[in-house]
Amino acid sequence: MTTFLWHHASMHSPATPRLDADPDQPIIRATGVTRSFGDVHALAGIDLVAQRGQVTALLGPNGAGKTTFVKAVATLLVPDGGQLLVGGVDVCRDPQRVRRLIGLAGQSAAVEPALTGRENLVMVARLFGHLPPAARVAADAVLDEVGLTDDGDRAVKDYSGGMRRRLDLGASLVGSPRLLLLDEPTTGLDPRTRLELWASIRALVQGGTDVVLTTQYLEEADQLADHVVIIDHGKVIATGTPTELKAQAGQDVIEVRVCDEGDLDAVGALLAPLGTEPPRVDVPARRATVPVINGTDRLSELIRQVADHDIALDDIGVRRPTLDEVFLALTGAPE
Amino acid sequence: MSPSPFLSSAPAASTLSISPPTNPPTALATASTYAGRTIRQYIRTPQLLVVNAATSIMFLLIFRYVFGGAISTGSIPYANFLIPALAATSGLFASGIVGVAEDAESGFFDRLRSLPVPRGAVMVGRSLADTVVILWGTFVTIAVGFAVGFRPEGGIAGSLGALGLCIVYAFALSWLQIFMGLVAGSAQAAQGLSFAVFPLIFVSSAYVPVESMPGWMQPVANNQPITMMIGAVRSLVIGGDTTRLLGHSTTYFVVRALIWSAVIAIVFGALATRRFTKQ
Repeated sequence: MTTFLWHHASMHSPATPRLDADPDQPIIRATGVTRSFGDVHALAGIDLVAQRGQVTALLGPNGAGKTTFVKAVATLLVPDGGQLLVGGVDVCRDPQRVRRLIGLAGQSAAVEPALTGRENLVMVARLFGHLPPAARVAADAVLDEVGLTDDGDRAVKDYSGGMRRRLDLGASLVGSPRLLLLDEPTTGLDPRTRLELWASIRALVQGGTDVVLTTQYLEEADQLADHVVIIDHGKVIATGTPTELKAQAGQDVIEVRVCDEGDLDAVGALLAPLGTEPPRVDVPARRATVPVINGTDRLSELIRQVADHDIALDDIGVRRPTLDEVFLALTGAPE
Repeated sequence: MSPSPFLSSAPAASTLSISPPTNPPTALATASTYAGRTIRQYIRTPQLLVVNAATSIMFLLIFRYVFGGAISTGSIPYANFLIPALAATSGLFASGIVGVAEDAESGFFDRLRSLPVPRGAVMVGRSLADTVVILWGTFVTIAVGFAVGFRPEGGIAGSLGALGLCIVYAFALSWLQIFMGLVAGSAQAAQGLSFAVFPLIFVSSAYVPVESMPGWMQPVANNQPITMMIGAVRSLVIGGDTTRLLGHSTTYFVVRALIWSAVIAIVFGALATRRFTKQ
């Protein structure tokens, strides 16, 4: 397996000159964007702002409207209503200008199996507008970027799934776009390849490319995104940083595991005055939990008291609700 | 398997430093890039070329040797009757329809639509590539035709004229293929849809003289575009008194064949381009 190597770049490398429309505008500003397919309101009035210099994740279940929104940004379909600006440029009025600002990697790796990796990239570079010599330079640089230099002259049909995805990501980069649109970039990838793709996306953001991605994976949004937009039924139902969203949806939980089952009652008694609800005791697991406000303060209080009572602990901690819990709380937990 | 170098550390900044292109691609660059890619795809996928050629050869041999004996074509040898028809209609058996559907299905068209290309030029590129692929089928048909007794008798000028018409037909029919491929949307649907042209070719003068068909069918068969296109190539190739042999003069067929080719190219070209560019 190829080792996926990146340049360990200096942060002083010259900024890549990029086409830009209006650097003062957010990279995406959507106001009341709607789009229906027959009776299905895929986008039912989307309002969102994706700022520059960060990864914005559109998170939502299947059919929430994420892909439709990305297609609208990529000028593949026209919204029925509302306003959609990419770097201040209206996608309806000037789609050709928007196309020069974006790079799109869709759900399937749209690379040609019969061509080599390099030929695929040269082709897309030509279609971005590069002349043949510049297209070859761009293809080489991108091959290097996505760690496929050694495999650049092999036919893509001999690539693994992960290599195809990396090449597809590379194909969206050869025109050095201002905004990279990734529609479910890691769906169907094994965990290791997913980590590799995450790293490459982080590196791109560090290099100054704005990224908007869709995902069904809460972990992916948590790991990659500075800003998360939760979409359901064609509407934005929550936005914020992963931390903000977790704070919004649920309280911290203190969890205590004792060494000796006999101490559980004593621990329960200590937990009771700290929590906003009565503590829950799970005897077989030797565990007691309680939801709290200001988890860290309550935890240090608890640790002092436990020490005073001479109770032997196996584990103690405060945990945030996971993004899964947030997500289910917001979209309605399946029963 | 060594661990990824960056898993534990902060990500390195991307060093990618490509200047963005100053201008979007021209129509010529767009069409030639897509055409070049499609032709390479064919050349590198020999199955495609072989299947394409094998289908043509199979039809040719079955009609030449299985049905040919039962079909009376008067004073024209059956090989001379059949081969011009098959050469003229290669475009109806080509795999362009499946190729287009695959490009739609794989997300390749979505990528093309997201690029700053002149969208009409994309379809022109596809058409040029498919024309070349169709002419490959024409070439195989003619080559095998010679082996089974085909002998053009219309002179060099007639043969060259017939060849020129085959090129025009290939271009026109490539648009039909592209449109059908876009309508099909998936390779599997495209396979099925490719049989939709069968009535068009069987209810024509391709394999049997129209006079042998039932009376109600003859006006249809006699006046449909494929019969005109075949008639033009056939009369140029066999030469002689084509009005006596084929019922109409060479000019009659050629003029109608060219008009029909233009109509097919314009109608399906417009429909395909509209379908590809619409958002």
